Amino acid sequence: MQGKLTLLCDAKTDGSFLVHHFLSFYLKANCKVCFVALVQSFSHYNIVGQKLGVSLTAARERGQLAVLEGLRSAVDVFFRPREQLHPLQFLREASAGDLQPLYAFVRDALEPVDGGEDAWRCPVLLVDDLSVLLSLGVGPVAVLDFVHYCRATVCREWKGNIVALVHDSGDAEDEESDVLLNGLSHQSHLILRAEGLATGFCKDVHGQLRILWRRPLQPTAHRDRSLTYQYKIQDKSVSFFAKGMSPAVL
Amino acid sequence: MLESLLALGGLVLLRDSVEWEGRSLLKALVKKSALCGEQVHVLGCEVSEEEFREGFDSSINSRLVYHDLFRDPLSWSKPGKALPGGPLEALRALDKKTSSGPATIALDSLSWLLHHLPCPTLCQTLHALSRQDSCPGDSPPGEQVRVLGLLHEELHGPGPLGALSSLAQTEVTLSGTMGQASAHILYRRPRQHPTHQTQWFSILPDFSLELQVEPPLESQPRSDPHTPSVDPTTHLTFNLHLSKKEREVKDSLTLPFQFSLEKQQALLRPGLSQATSHIFYEPDAYDDLDQEDPDDDLDV
Repeated sequence: MQGKLTLLCDAKTDGSFLVHHFLSFYLKANCKVCFVALVQSFSHYNIVGQKLGVSLTAARERGQLAVLEGLRSAVDVFFRPREQLHPLQFLREASAGDLQPLYAFVRDALEPVDGGEDAWRCPVLLVDDLSVLLSLGVGPVAVLDFVHYCRATVCREWKGNIVALVHDSGDAEDEESDVLLNGLSHQSHLILRAEGLATGFCKDVHGQLRILWRRPLQPTAHRDRSLTYQYKIQDKSVSFFAKGMSPAVL
Repeated sequence: MLESLLALGGLVLLRDSVEWEGRSLLKALVKKSALCGEQVHVLGCEVSEEEFREGFDSSINSRLVYHDLFRDPLSWSKPGKALPGGPLEALRALDKKTSSGPATIALDSLSWLLHHLPCPTLCQTLHALSRQDSCPGDSPPGEQVRVLGLLHEELHGPGPLGALSSLAQTEVTLSGTMGQASAHILYRRPRQHPTHQTQWFSILPDFSLELQVEPPLESQPRSDPHTPSVDPTTHLTFNLHLSKKEREVKDSLTLPFQFSLEKQQALLRPGLSQATSHIFYEPDAYDDLDQEDPDDDLDV
């Protein structure tokens, strides 16, 4: 799948296991990855990545992985001279700014090397997560514009992929979160939605994953576009099964 | 259905949602207009030109002029690939480009424009674009301009939605059930009452429209093809089935509290067939055996 935007969404559960999966998947597939990591520290992702079979440190050293560690570099914004734009420059703005510096960081990280001697396959942008930007004061339209520009450059121009996580607060009062989620859903080709079970917490079934294909290239007469699986997260993998068919229940 | 949507002219609003997308219908309308010999101008904000032109054959693509607001709408790139003047100027420029002859303008999408332009400005520009100043009956039909606007319903509040809705001559709201899409169409013909129509349809791969029959209301939900049907009575440690002989015995059993003819006869002739019952009681040492009836002193 190339040139696509995959939206990861979680509601009443933690969908970060999908982020870890896609990160290790694309690194193993020899793709050039730009990881905008705003939620956890680099070492956290590294530890989980090692369980899944990749070393983020090694990938960063050989130039395959570019990471923006939000937790650490947010402080640098205030220690840089104003003329040098930091990717998280919006933290310094009094009013809601735009994410052009962040887009510039992504573009510089993933730009194909001239001469076509790139050792890596298609570029991939991974974002964990976009809802954090709303909490940091960025407006939903600014986040949508950032994703729009990434789509135009990474997906369309360089035929790469984007995978981004966003949270569904489920709160009817949170209009910004709804606008962001719906706007991203309209832009996406594939939506993976991790939901907690309606009946509550369960030891053997951690949640339910709904897969929704949007924007098929050719509109088809039979729209069998969505699938639902239930899953259980284990130490080094995730097991999926059809609804009601968990091995613990049968 | 497509002809009736394009017949009125003015602004045609296509309201879609995440579940029922409207770009396919927009492309079907664009194809229909192009096949009628009109020139179609597309202001593309959400998808790239290649993606929009995909599925159209060369005769339609030659009549389609794509104004690209997708690549660099906010002039972030250097060197700038943006259309000069930004989104508002690009929208106003369409007015001049469609001044001669019948034309169709497709806005993909109005939601993007609404997020980046103030709502009153957008409404004024749309009003001028669809030439609603002059009465539609006065201008000859050949000079009618049609504006098709794709709007994602969930992204806007009731204010902007209501404003755009009041500007529209035709409003199509997309929904559906069980994999079948439907369009609820509201026509606002001048000097007439607004009329409603609901049409079930599907869009074929070449963006032509196929009308469908309304799906029956009591259809059974589709069984999930990934769940194999399991017979729960296999692999049990007890038997849930009855053999034929067991079933016969069960059916011929009389229930203890059923008042059948035999029971009635037995009750009417006591002692003949009933065995008398005895109670054997051995009193303890401390029991007080009083033969008097304790209820004798009751004054009832």
